[in-house]
Amino acid sequence: MRSAVSTLELRRPRSVREALTMLRDDGPLVPLAGATDLYVALNFGTLTGTRFIDLWPLEPLRRIEMHGEVLSLGALVTYTGLTRSRLVKQRLPMLVDAARLVGGIQIQNRGTIGGNIANGSPAGDTLPVFAAAEATVVARSASTERRIPFVDFYSGYRTSVLQPDELIVAVEVPAVSGQQWFRKVGTRAAQAISKVVIAAVRADSPRVALGSVGPVVVRARKAEQALATGQGIDAAVTALEAEIQPIDDVRSTAEYRRVVAGNLLRQFWMQTAE
Amino acid sequence: MQFTLNGRAVDVDAHPMRRLLDVLREDCALTGTKEGCGEGECGACTVLVDGQGVVSCLVPFAQVEGRDVRTIEGADAQALQRAFMDHVGAQCGICTPGMIMAAMSLGPDPTRRQMQEALAGNLCRCTGYEAIFRAISAAKRASRKTPLSVEVTT
Repeated sequence: MRSAVSTLELRRPRSVREALTMLRDDGPLVPLAGATDLYVALNFGTLTGTRFIDLWPLEPLRRIEMHGEVLSLGALVTYTGLTRSRLVKQRLPMLVDAARLVGGIQIQNRGTIGGNIANGSPAGDTLPVFAAAEATVVARSASTERRIPFVDFYSGYRTSVLQPDELIVAVEVPAVSGQQWFRKVGTRAAQAISKVVIAAVRADSPRVALGSVGPVVVRARKAEQALATGQGIDAAVTALEAEIQPIDDVRSTAEYRRVVAGNLLRQFWMQTAE
Repeated sequence: MQFTLNGRAVDVDAHPMRRLLDVLREDCALTGTKEGCGEGECGACTVLVDGQGVVSCLVPFAQVEGRDVRTIEGADAQALQRAFMDHVGAQCGICTPGMIMAAMSLGPDPTRRQMQEALAGNLCRCTGYEAIFRAISAAKRASRKTPLSVEVTT
């Protein structure tokens, strides 16, 4: 390990309320949950924060429940929690598909949806699902609670509108009508970070969202529009290519990602045809 | 900080941000848990926390307070350990404790697909995995029979 831990501080609230009070009165504190991203940075010696707040024991943030027609997922729900949930399987199968492909079992047992959102990697596997499902992030501070449409959550590469005294406490997903579709393209089936990841819904107004093709998750509105208005899949792929900004990096090239993104859109459209 | 380690209540004084891996190896003298990559990719440091497999290089020590931690030393995995020897599921051996801890989550009659999924987070650079799958299948087969049974030939 390349970081000394003796200079690090960990606050350990016993309730969500206490956590929010600590964030307000004693911040800035970096929220820590399953640690599957933060401890990789710690091991690499690239961890930037020195003061942390441990959310892992806060059981109320692990709930999966229905609020009317809205599926509410607590921020600490793990990928394993998603794959085991009957409610999630029924309401949001594309999220189960995404959760099964994150890391290996050991990572699925620890990684949380709140962490996937807060970490904000453009390759986060659940993020296109939340974008395509038109989910809402529930952010709470000691004094207020607000609901942020997921597509408005990120302000840029790994930055968001979340304030330092706010915690993501839940993600709310309205009923999704239509056929859900998810696919991730990586170097292998498990433990691979996505080269391109897509979540889509086949309905009268199709929805398409992609990860790893820009600084933040992309909701492909122009491609959706082409599909919704019957312009055909070729026009939709052309539209998609104009609204993504893939880059060359260690995992892939911009050109490969551009081609694969178009292919994935075609595959979605073929496999979900009536 | 108090937790249960291999079935025994223990109280270990260590910094809350230390990696569980380091506390196990350095403070608890349980060196069966290995460090491979140190970034959660290879699975060599897999232990069970409350029965769930986790990579101990990515677990802050504070998060096992009050929990049940099980390492290869207390895993009660003799059938798997013997089968890894018999079927040469271990060559250099650094991945083996993690492989065995990950395999413990499998049911009594795992399919190849189930084994591949359970071990997807565990890397081995020697065996090519085939011997590992053979060892796990054999161990599960053996443990489906009555433990300590004696084969009687007539």
